[in-house]
Amino acid sequence: MAGLMEYLDMGGYARYVWPSYALVVAFIVVNIFAARSALKRARVEAKRRLAMKGPEGNAP
Amino acid sequence: MAWTWFHRLGSPPYIYNLAARLTPWFGWLAAAFIAYGLIGGLIISPADYQQGEGYRIIYVHVPTAWMSMQVYMVMAIASAVGLIWRIKVAHAVAACCGGMGASFTVCALATGSLWGAPMWGTYWEWDPRIIFELVLLFQFLGYMGLRAAIDDPQRADRISGLLAVVGVVNIPIIHYSVEWWNSLHQTASVMKLGKPSMPVDMLLPLLSMFLGYSLLFGALLLIRLRAQLLSRERSASWIREVVSA
Repeated sequence: MAGLMEYLDMGGYARYVWPSYALVVAFIVVNIFAARSALKRARVEAKRRLAMKGPEGNAP
Repeated sequence: MAWTWFHRLGSPPYIYNLAARLTPWFGWLAAAFIAYGLIGGLIISPADYQQGEGYRIIYVHVPTAWMSMQVYMVMAIASAVGLIWRIKVAHAVAACCGGMGASFTVCALATGSLWGAPMWGTYWEWDPRIIFELVLLFQFLGYMGLRAAIDDPQRADRISGLLAVVGVVNIPIIHYSVEWWNSLHQTASVMKLGKPSMPVDMLLPLLSMFLGYSLLFGALLLIRLRAQLLSRERSASWIREVVSA
């Protein structure tokens, strides 16, 4: 346990090291979520446009 | 005949399907390299003899800084290809880069600030490299703002593309700023001619993080590119096939 606490303390630099890693992990998660939701939105929008145009692709 | 592949890369349906097939490969390889980079950086690599454990910020700071420049280069090259050969897919690639580039730049500046506080005694210093990295952030934001401000997509492609190409001059300035001016940043220790001046057990996690970020950027770019193509190719018949699949 003492070893773990010593590791987490990062030699006294914990308040600089861990926020740096947390920020980058958050950046990765947010960017994955943003890209996937952008694709999902584009697909929904494309489907909506196609539905408005009708089965042959001609606008009513 | 030799240019067939190049012409195919300009075809939105071909690129859309290729992007869908390649995304999982990029994504899982990125996860593997980033996982090794994090484990290597936080656990395997030894403490620095001067900075102790505090130097471990290098594994998130340096690769994000490299990525900020790499993403800009991708954006500028794609813009140039789009402007010169009038390839719509190239403009779509450039349009995907702005947000991700800004994210990498914010990460580089924020982690640099967190590293600077204990090592330099300040969160912010008007150091040449930091200033030009901040300029790079404004370039990404300016590119996105300009693109969003123009309603006509083709005009937005041309004008924002021109801005991206002109702004590429900042990339060598960021890289060489530590040699051209007095700087708190050290000179190149990895990205230089000759052998890197870092021990292998410290260097490998760093390179792994950079490779992982590059692959992650590739995966995210492919996903965003598919979204761009769907919204740009409004009347194309291939969209019916891919959306209903």
